[in-house]
Amino acid sequence: MRTGTTFRTSLRALQRNKMRSLLTALGIIIGVGAVIAMVSIGNGAKAMVENQIASLGENVILVMSGSMNSRGVSSGSGGVYTMTIPDMEAIRSEVDGVKAISPEARRSQRVAAGNQNWLTTINGVAPEYFDLRRWPLAEGTCFTERDVRGATKVAVVGATVVEELFNGENPVGGTIRVRNIPFLITGVLTRKGSSLMGSDQDDAVFVPYTSAMKRIIGTETVRTIHVQAEQASAMPDMQAQITSLLNQRHRIGPEKDSDFMVRSQEDIAQTANATSKVMTGLLAAIASVSLLVGGIGIMNIMLVSVTERTREIGIRMAVGAHGRDILLQFLVESIVLSCLGGVFGILVGVGTAKLVTMITGWNTLISPSAILMSFTFSAFIGIFFGFYPAKKAAALDPIEALRYE
Amino acid sequence: MIKISHVTRTYQEANGRQVRALQDVSLNLEAGSMTAITGPSGCGKSTLLHLLGALDQPDAGEITVNGIALQHATESQRTRYRRETVGIVFQFFHLLPGMTLLENVALPLILGGSGQAVATVRAVELISLAGLREKANRLPHEVSGGELQRAAVARALVHRPRLLLADEPTGNLDSANATRVLDLFHNIHQEGLATIIMVTHSREIAAQMPNHLEMADGALQSMAQGMAY
Repeated sequence: MRTGTTFRTSLRALQRNKMRSLLTALGIIIGVGAVIAMVSIGNGAKAMVENQIASLGENVILVMSGSMNSRGVSSGSGGVYTMTIPDMEAIRSEVDGVKAISPEARRSQRVAAGNQNWLTTINGVAPEYFDLRRWPLAEGTCFTERDVRGATKVAVVGATVVEELFNGENPVGGTIRVRNIPFLITGVLTRKGSSLMGSDQDDAVFVPYTSAMKRIIGTETVRTIHVQAEQASAMPDMQAQITSLLNQRHRIGPEKDSDFMVRSQEDIAQTANATSKVMTGLLAAIASVSLLVGGIGIMNIMLVSVTERTREIGIRMAVGAHGRDILLQFLVESIVLSCLGGVFGILVGVGTAKLVTMITGWNTLISPSAILMSFTFSAFIGIFFGFYPAKKAAALDPIEALRYE
Repeated sequence: MIKISHVTRTYQEANGRQVRALQDVSLNLEAGSMTAITGPSGCGKSTLLHLLGALDQPDAGEITVNGIALQHATESQRTRYRRETVGIVFQFFHLLPGMTLLENVALPLILGGSGQAVATVRAVELISLAGLREKANRLPHEVSGGELQRAAVARALVHRPRLLLADEPTGNLDSANATRVLDLFHNIHQEGLATIIMVTHSREIAAQMPNHLEMADGALQSMAQGMAY
């Protein structure tokens, strides 16, 4: 029998039982839809993380306080602030290839402007910090080295603070009170979005680090030192130099744990990518189970169909159908079912991903490779799960099939 | 030329009992002949027909049709035989319910690899011969029993078989429709288009056939005209 005729025959058989065909394909529709939606959500999260890592700046090394052991208890990253301004100056002067450097002294603090107040984060940074993080100003100007030296009361504010304290109006030239100390607002930053940890990076007030450490926090230590390398290729060597220098400065012997961590953007990206890869894989694996269940559904229905159509198979054989014609007919039915399920599944998956973005605001990224893969997989399921029933149909004895009641 | 030599066929019933449907049957039939086989229910008439149609295989003995030894044929050769050499008309018509009469008639040609257009032209020719031109596009459940059987005859002849087997073709028809179907068979015989073997309960119909063979308990009992053991 010609291939085109086999297709027509199979399609007609499916058309005769529209509802059953639809319900059979539903397993594949849900399976393919779930795989595509899950991978889209996973990819969206991955892309968001990559953006956030890129937002750290270019060729940036983070020197983070932490991992201090006190009587056998590790404080973990950022638990106790161990980095100092002299540490930063030492890195600047002794490590080769430093393009820019800035400390970050941070504290949560309620701030006020007029009769409004807002709990935000005070960040004490150097003026280089904004270039280093590729974070331009939307309004006004940044504070300068002179402000750092003089610990002046100037501030640059994030977009969320502007919204909360100034109703979105330009606050440059106005003042913001931090612990009742008035700071002159010199600039407003462009919007940056959320950080790797999910916090709002625009909900922050930036002041010269000296002002933050002396006037607001009252500390000699900082949480993080941001170091920008002149060249990406120099970063591994710089990381080693910084580690060695700080171990020496903090008098940490070779057998002891450092009280700081040196991480490059690449390290952070690798960790985040590995995490999101595992998450995406896990989501896709769970969704694949439903594809498998869909395949078993197809096999079940095809077996029922072979039993129901035993006499039809007998008639076909009696008038000259070869076993392989019967096998092909049932196999094509199964493949058509699963491929149709695949096509509708793609639509459902893409629709679900869009709906998820619309409802939750999560970033989703529809991956053509996931579409192609799940569609191919659904066709394969049609062949795999359709083969046994088709083979069973083809192996029927014509006379037994004709006698079947 | 059909040659049946010492053919035996035994079935096992659901309760495990062995039933000998055919017992040492031997028979020669000339090409182009028309033969009726009569006998009581369970005498082995239909079994003989199924063996000649390569739908079943004998336990012992030989069946040769136009030089093809059916008992030694592979499944592929048997399929080819059913597709090219033989046409079968069943008592219960056995038309496919999802296909129109025309599509049912064209089916053997389609299965044989003919294109849709060629198959349709030939099927229209046969369905017109069966007097069903007006109902060609009806589904089987939309026509009468007589029309179904005529369509089944048309399907059995569409691929120009050299052997036409009919199992109680008039068993489910009223006398008018039975006459129309039998007329079709006589026309085929007169034109020498195929060797015809028809199983029937009706002695009256058998009497109209050039040859008449009677069976009982799986064996041939008597023959009339131009036949030989």
